Amino acid sequence: MDIPEHLKYTEEHEWLALDGDVATVGVTDFAQDSLGDIVFVELPDQGDDVTAGEPCGELESTKSVSELYAPVTGEVVAVNEAIRDTPELVSSDPYGEGWLFRVRVGELPDLLDAAEYAETIKE
Amino acid sequence: MSTPSPLHEVHAELGASFTDFAGWNMPVRYSSELAEHRAVREAAGLFDLSHMGEIEITGPEAAQVLDYALIGKLSAVKVGRARYSMLCAEDGGVLDDLVTYRLGEERYLVVANAANVGVVASALVERAEKFDAVVTDRSTEYALIAVQGPKSADIVRAVSDADLESLRYYASMPATVNGIDLLLARTGYTGEDGFELYCAPDQAQQVWRTLEAAGEPHGLLPAGLACRDTLRLEAGMPLYGHELSAQLTPFDAGFDRLVKFEKEGDFVGRAALAERAKQQPSRVLVGLTGTGRRAPRAGYAVLGPDGTTEIGEITSGALSPTLGYPIAMAYVSAECREPGTSLYVDVRGKALPVEVVALPFYQRS
Repeated sequence: MDIPEHLKYTEEHEWLALDGDVATVGVTDFAQDSLGDIVFVELPDQGDDVTAGEPCGELESTKSVSELYAPVTGEVVAVNEAIRDTPELVSSDPYGEGWLFRVRVGELPDLLDAAEYAETIKE
Repeated sequence: MSTPSPLHEVHAELGASFTDFAGWNMPVRYSSELAEHRAVREAAGLFDLSHMGEIEITGPEAAQVLDYALIGKLSAVKVGRARYSMLCAEDGGVLDDLVTYRLGEERYLVVANAANVGVVASALVERAEKFDAVVTDRSTEYALIAVQGPKSADIVRAVSDADLESLRYYASMPATVNGIDLLLARTGYTGEDGFELYCAPDQAQQVWRTLEAAGEPHGLLPAGLACRDTLRLEAGMPLYGHELSAQLTPFDAGFDRLVKFEKEGDFVGRAALAERAKQQPSRVLVGLTGTGRRAPRAGYAVLGPDGTTEIGEITSGALSPTLGYPIAMAYVSAECREPGTSLYVDVRGKALPVEVVALPFYQRS
């Protein structure tokens, strides 16, 4: 299971890449692997305010529907439009082209580093 | 703990993701269920179905046992042929849907859903009491491997001595694959031509590897339970626990043709089903199609043409990998059953438009 060292993680299997006060958000390799092929993604809109720990979208695989939780509180400043038509990017490249949205973050909640996240998915 | 399949090692080597299904630990997918689904539609897929139950009925009155125990007329099935039928309760509720192979004049093999093997085996034992026949649960003595898809005949032909030209759909014959004796059946649950191979569990790995090697040049992929579900849904086939249950009769699900009232003697459920046959069902099973990518899922409410009144419930649904649009099966009020009727599905608070269509969604050309 791929867990890049330079990213931060949540227990809801999201990753964050911080660049100044903007966080790029996606789901982890573990999440996409557990869900199966992603066939539909509902994302927040640009300009939406999202709240850490609250649902802000959905991921649908062939078999299931999962809520997407906002890992941080802040304003959505960008969404990955390519995902709307090509949701399979989440399955094929979860840490790259499969990113979901970007949030301008106020205060950062406690996040997990790669080693801590690896611990949570051990079993 | 769930039971591992006799093929567990092979699946683990192939990198399968596993799921617990009816007490079994089975492969849900190997890499991508969409790729596996496509392989079955365009080439072939290799499935482990060892979780299915096999119950044997033998004896001079084996045929009479099944005529009494099931809603079909199994005595009319010729040796070497198979029949789809149902086991019902006295009140007409469906306890399981089954494929029954007639292996000899006095020998049948009933194949039950994994979750229902116990119910089916004990019902058959009980229903056989008055007859000169023996019911034996042989589930642990069989592994079941399926090869499904347009290339499946080429693949089976390459590894078996069987004369496939004489093996029609819904028929079976003893055959050998790579020197291993097994029962070769031309049946399936995918909407494609295909074969199911019943063999001894300790020989299953060898049969699997033989088929996998023979299938590789044809584009065969190992295929998990996830794509099995989308394949059967496209083919409009019911799944017990979704479209069928003990609370529903064969008539509710549109299987009127399976109830053989004309057969001689009594059968379990006859009186209740005869009564039921006279009534118009209030809810009926229909197919629904939608647009976009968001699929109705089991349990979602179906809304009437006004978009607010609840008139039914989704039993299975997915974005169809073959067709590219959402498909679903649902029980809806009988007045909404006509193909072309515009309805809505409550997809987590949003009313999504759908249209009633005739089943199946997909039929092989």
